[in-house]
Amino acid sequence: MTHISVNVDGTTYEDEVEPRLLLAHYLRDRLGLTGTPIGCDTSNCGACTVDLDGTSVKSCSVLAVQADGCAVTTVQGLAKDGEWTALQRAFHEQHGLQCGYCTPGMIMAARDLLRENPRPEADEVRQALEGNLCRCTGYQNIVRAVLAASGPPAHQAAEEVTA
Amino acid sequence: MIPPAFEYTRPDSVDEAVRALADAGDEAKVLAGGQSLVPLLRLRLAFPELLVDVGRIPELRGVREDGDTLVIGAMTTHHQVVHDPLVRRHAGLLAEATATVADPAVRHRGTLGGSLAHADPAGDLPAVALALDAELVVAGPAGRRAIAAREFFVDYLQSALADDELLLEVRVPRSDGWDFHYEKFHPVAQSWAIVGVAALVRRDGGRIAEARVGLTNMGATPLRATAAEEALAGADGPEAVARAAEAAAEGTRPAQDLSASPEYRQHLARVLTRRAVLTATGMG
Repeated sequence: MTHISVNVDGTTYEDEVEPRLLLAHYLRDRLGLTGTPIGCDTSNCGACTVDLDGTSVKSCSVLAVQADGCAVTTVQGLAKDGEWTALQRAFHEQHGLQCGYCTPGMIMAARDLLRENPRPEADEVRQALEGNLCRCTGYQNIVRAVLAASGPPAHQAAEEVTA
Repeated sequence: MIPPAFEYTRPDSVDEAVRALADAGDEAKVLAGGQSLVPLLRLRLAFPELLVDVGRIPELRGVREDGDTLVIGAMTTHHQVVHDPLVRRHAGLLAEATATVADPAVRHRGTLGGSLAHADPAGDLPAVALALDAELVVAGPAGRRAIAAREFFVDYLQSALADDELLLEVRVPRSDGWDFHYEKFHPVAQSWAIVGVAALVRRDGGRIAEARVGLTNMGATPLRATAAEEALAGADGPEAVARAAEAAAEGTRPAQDLSASPEYRQHLARVLTRRAVLTATGMG
């Protein structure tokens, strides 16, 4: 067993874990944070995406021991005092989900994109979400939701200024 | 799935890591970003007794210049490589190809050193390292040594690294002024390349003076398309490039799998070499 100290969604946890424990299983089975689902077991689907020290990662491909000393944010850590973030609201308003299984991963990956590129074009959103699969194939509304949560794309903003 | 049980150690220095590897004989695996190894563990295709996690050794990260050479720490992530100004300026082929590896979340964790040491011929970066004539610096109990990329990839998933050696850094000669392009053919986003071609071309006037072509997934190891490289020298336009690219599959023995037959892979190598060189040079 290996001792780890991990901050998850603002709470620091001290735990003894087996080195083989995946971060996804640690979050779900040890901490009860089942908002992060496991979709594929092949690293393809991105459903288990969380934020690890400021960047998105697939928590099925990270060992819990590798997160020792790090800060993890899951989809359950986004809302503050019960208030959804703009991105979460946009997924609701734009109907960016059907069955909802991919949604936590989509939101965490999109959040990562918007931090790096606050005003993406639709194509940039699609590129950024290439590691996240929606088996309902609801991509159209997912992209719409991410765009709704962001500012207008840079070229449009420029046109508005010059118009 | 749940990985098999293993012991875990996280050394703070290269010396400690090498000692841990040496003590474990052939029962240890180095854990870098884990984007190949953790899935292999999860699928129970690997059964190491010990994982040596080199993720917290500061010496293994970052990019610096050493004369005409870029030195990239083995634990530098794909994301860092793609965005690094030195890499973009002096090794554009590496930045461009790395941006096509997997997806953003994997690029945040996966590392240059990890993907080279994994020596998967279907990985994008081994062929790029070959085309760039990179050199890999490794540390073992007897000290440090440099291995040319051409000598590094020994067989399928096998590198020239000994069990007690650790990859420290990748030395990439600056390719300022060379044209480059990585042309990758894959069925869906984030999947492995069926075939990929890394082209690095130096032009003199309207002609190609020198070309280096690395092939992804055209055999048990990444390969240089040496016949096409020779034929490309002197090419002065799209027709000449197309003729030279016909030699791209010479001497290759690509695998048969669910994605492609060997013949189809050889066809792709020729087509993608033409496209890669034409895109790189703007001749097309």
